[in-house]
Amino acid sequence: METFFQLLISGIAQGCVYGLVAIGFVLIYKATEMVNFAQGDIMMLGAFFTITLINYLNWNYFLAIIVAILAMAVVGLVLERVLLRRMIGESPFAILMVTIGLGFVLRSVVGMIWGHNPRSIVTPYTDQSLQFGAVVFPVADVVVVAATVVLCGLTFLFFRYTRFGVAMQAASQNQLAAYYVGIPVKRVVAASWALAAALAAIAGVLLLPLKSAYPEVGLVLGIKAFAAAIVGGFGSLPGAMIGGLVIGLVEIFTKYGIDGRVGFSVSDTSVYVLLLVMLIVRPSGIFASMQRKKV
Amino acid sequence: MRFVLKTDYHRDVDLFRDKVQLGWYAALIIFVLCVPIFTGKYVESQLTLVFLWSIAGAGLMILVGYTGLISLGHAAFLSVGAYTHAIFLDLGVPPFVSIPLAMLFCGALGVVVSIAALRMTGIYLAIATLAFAMIVEKIVKNWSSVTGGNAGFRVAPPELFGWELNSTSYYYVCLVVLLVVMLCVINLLRAPTGRAFIAVRDSEISAQATGINLIQTKALAFAVSAALTGLAGTLLAYQWHYLFPDSFSMITSIKLLMLVIIGGLGSMSGVIFGAIFMTLLPDGIATLRDWLPDAIGNLPGLEPFTFGLLLILFLIFEPRGISGRWKKIRLFFGQFPLYRNKTLRRQRSFLRTERVH
Repeated sequence: METFFQLLISGIAQGCVYGLVAIGFVLIYKATEMVNFAQGDIMMLGAFFTITLINYLNWNYFLAIIVAILAMAVVGLVLERVLLRRMIGESPFAILMVTIGLGFVLRSVVGMIWGHNPRSIVTPYTDQSLQFGAVVFPVADVVVVAATVVLCGLTFLFFRYTRFGVAMQAASQNQLAAYYVGIPVKRVVAASWALAAALAAIAGVLLLPLKSAYPEVGLVLGIKAFAAAIVGGFGSLPGAMIGGLVIGLVEIFTKYGIDGRVGFSVSDTSVYVLLLVMLIVRPSGIFASMQRKKV
Repeated sequence: MRFVLKTDYHRDVDLFRDKVQLGWYAALIIFVLCVPIFTGKYVESQLTLVFLWSIAGAGLMILVGYTGLISLGHAAFLSVGAYTHAIFLDLGVPPFVSIPLAMLFCGALGVVVSIAALRMTGIYLAIATLAFAMIVEKIVKNWSSVTGGNAGFRVAPPELFGWELNSTSYYYVCLVVLLVVMLCVINLLRAPTGRAFIAVRDSEISAQATGINLIQTKALAFAVSAALTGLAGTLLAYQWHYLFPDSFSMITSIKLLMLVIIGGLGSMSGVIFGAIFMTLLPDGIATLRDWLPDAIGNLPGLEPFTFGLLLILFLIFEPRGISGRWKKIRLFFGQFPLYRNKTLRRQRSFLRTERVH
């Protein structure tokens, strides 16, 4: 029973990281109808910014995090301005391929600058744990879960109640109509990229105590986060979070429950099997927000 | 600019526009036939690779360029084709039986994947194929009693009617296969089936309205595409001698997609351009390394970096790929002083969501 709770909490923590990256996907998708395949790699870049500030420049942990998040927001703005703005109005496939190309570039640039060795940071809560009865929770896991809950609440409130959040949704529903009613569509798109990049940076910072960072970390994590977004129903923020949790839990329980018995790694594949089954059985995800295209 | 006087309806579907074009293609074939006589083993093997990637690219082009379905997992078909063929050879099945069997198997697998494709479009399909490719990759890696796993799988050397083929004769075999594949694909595309593919690409709804069976058409496109990619896989197995699961990773799928995009979507000559480009690029990067200062030249990430950057640049500045650029250049000289930049301007569309709010 203790093992079960132990697995549960680490599955939830891992799922929260997936969920945070997935929220980045959904955010960009909701605001601009673009699918950003480089979201995982942007997260990886954010993690490396934090590593540099803490390990090489010896900054304070919290200051470093804030600076890294702001820096990533600027990176998001630059990416949008230089690459994605040129792609407005192109086919979704072309945009997807641009972000795949961007992922290649980011991975190799990070590899050139920081090398390919896994790196990590020491946080104020490294190696600390909370104990409830016989169950031991690492503080890192709890921090991830708490931060995710707060961030989810904030994004929800943002889309629901702020003018800018509503403008983003309008721009996504119909770019031309949004433009006609006076929404600065270009600025809205830029802002959503900045926001998504900042969220990715937060996910990267939260991931660091759980897992070390290397240039390719974003690729696999990005695909799993993508799976999370789809399982939850692409375009739905709570869906992305729940999808992330489902993926995280499925992964950890298959790892513990099946891998040891069959002698090879099933856990890596389980996510993709889940995704395929989900796509075939219910392509619109748990929180369906798609409708059949009308003529 | 030449104008063709059409006096017969068949001129519209003829393989070549006129005798001049036929002459150019004949000259190209004679040139390619003569290449092994004048050049060394290296150029020969590189050209063989160009032929093989062209076959694989032709398969993906049918799917992406003509039917408008995106596959991020075509390396899976390449891998299934290569492994099935190698395993059959190992069991003593002659290549003449084993290659069609491998193609059939890939085609059947393509139909299975297309079942997923029937319910989704665009990005969802891309992700489904990606997930499929990931699963195939893991199976190949972990089922080591059959595939050899990470240790690799040795492929029997190529033979034809009991004669073992050396690299020069293998070059000719690949050339012939490529020519046959190209002819078949071009024929398919100008037949009603191919027209149906294009109709589905341009608008699913209007295709349905004209009586095209969407399900059958998509499944057929997937099957043909998978079978051709599988064929390329079987021939690549010979060329590589050893098969490793890592040769068929997600990166390979993306490189295949890059091949068709850089070559030019919706054009069969684009496949050849793309294959030449993708085969030359690693050589080009190797030459570049010598020219660059050591600090930059020795970096290991240079190749993926160049791939990614080129992909982005092509998508932004020339989404029709090399073949599109080539058409523009020909048009420029064809109507020399009168060419207008905006003739071939891209049409942009404003996005509208399909979500309910």
